[in-house]
Amino acid sequence: MIGMVLKIGILDVQGAVSEHAKSIRNIGAQPVLVKHPESLAEVQGLVLPGGESTTLGTLIRKYGLYEPIRERAQRGMPIFGTCAGLILLARKIEGQDDHHLNLMDITVNRNSFGRQRDSFEADIEIAGLSGAPFPGVFIRAPHIVTAGSDVQVLAMYRDRIVAARQGNLLAASFHPELTADLRLHEYFKAVIEQHCAAECV
Amino acid sequence: MAVVGTERVKRGMAQMQKNGVIMDVVTAEQAKIAEAAGAVAVMALERVPSDIRAAGGVARMADPTIVEQVMKAVSIPVMAKCRIGHIVEARILEALGVDYIDESEVLTPADDKFHVNKREFTVPFVCGARDLGEALRRVAEGAAMIRTKGEPGTGNIVEAVKHIRMVQAQIRRVVAMSEDELVAEAKEIGAPYELLLETHRTGSLPVVNFAAGGVATPADAALMMELGSDGVFVGSGVFKSENPEKFGRAIVDATMNFRDYDLLAKLSQGIGTPMKGIEMSTLSINERMAERGW
Repeated sequence: MIGMVLKIGILDVQGAVSEHAKSIRNIGAQPVLVKHPESLAEVQGLVLPGGESTTLGTLIRKYGLYEPIRERAQRGMPIFGTCAGLILLARKIEGQDDHHLNLMDITVNRNSFGRQRDSFEADIEIAGLSGAPFPGVFIRAPHIVTAGSDVQVLAMYRDRIVAARQGNLLAASFHPELTADLRLHEYFKAVIEQHCAAECV
Repeated sequence: MAVVGTERVKRGMAQMQKNGVIMDVVTAEQAKIAEAAGAVAVMALERVPSDIRAAGGVARMADPTIVEQVMKAVSIPVMAKCRIGHIVEARILEALGVDYIDESEVLTPADDKFHVNKREFTVPFVCGARDLGEALRRVAEGAAMIRTKGEPGTGNIVEAVKHIRMVQAQIRRVVAMSEDELVAEAKEIGAPYELLLETHRTGSLPVVNFAAGGVATPADAALMMELGSDGVFVGSGVFKSENPEKFGRAIVDATMNFRDYDLLAKLSQGIGTPMKGIEMSTLSINERMAERGW
């Protein structure tokens, strides 16, 4: 892998795709837009961006991305979900019978901080990131209500879990892609590199 | 400390809607159909633009009951319209908890000189524009999202095309200018200088830009994306069509896959008759909603 540029996919259905692409370029990796299952084959990790989770959940099934993403994830491909992406990863969504990708052992509450007028910015401490607090941009944000024993809580805000990791899956309630702070994207890149050192050919 | 209503969370909310379709709805039932079709948000109204056009008279903010019913019915964001310059209608919509306010020319303007000072609000606003100057004036007032106006309620895409082409052409022109020329250009197009300078440097509007006003078919939606829109508002197009569910889904798919022509060909089949539509030359200037706004 040494000398190779990492290819990080971004689910390109709807939402903050170009913002993640910019962050990925800025950490020295190559963003790949994943609209069709074929593009999944060439990436070493995948970002599920912010957007509308109901819309994204409906369309990943419709566009045949649901199974291929689950399959890659089960074989260890690192995934980073932000906001709606976190909801897509969850095993259970409060108040709903259905779920989306069902990959991470977490129960989420949607729009748990209120409607858009309650959307906010706040500095948060994230485990494993050095330096200043991280600028958290919370937009109609979800939070993690309960997390399984394999899940490592990375950040809390107002007693709610807002960032977590389970193996190669990383999830945040907020939008690092709307800031110039690249530390979470770097963190994700490190997860991919570690996985690749062990698994990638 | 948490800070609400920052420019970043207002503009960010619109960024989360990119590549999506926002549909006008007049009942909770329609809102559910829109959500199931894959809309990223709904606009709660008392009447869709084509009915406003047909009804005549003064068009005002919707009855809050309708807005509340729609908010209860769906989990996607809910937008609602206030009249241009109607500070109090905007405050009422904010108090109701709508996620975005459209200060819209579709309703009869309440102020013939000034728009709402949108920076004073916690809730974000979207505003219409026909050209770069108008878009940047609205951004200066605090609009967190722009939509090109088109001509609402006509089912005719020609004005929407005119407006997005105008904005894009003006951006290209401004990017090509030297900084020496920007003050004069700002004066010429009525744009605030600092925002024009930002546009010159970044090559795009400072906020997300959707298309509106005349989208009646999946091909129309794809056309607006092809011309550089970040997403599409569909007003009368969905629920004035013969089969709103199917039509809504087709418009969502067309918007997200606007360069997949094989798919567009399939999407355009068997979706029923689109809304009837109005030829522009039959509308006098004072019947044109896009002329409203200053």
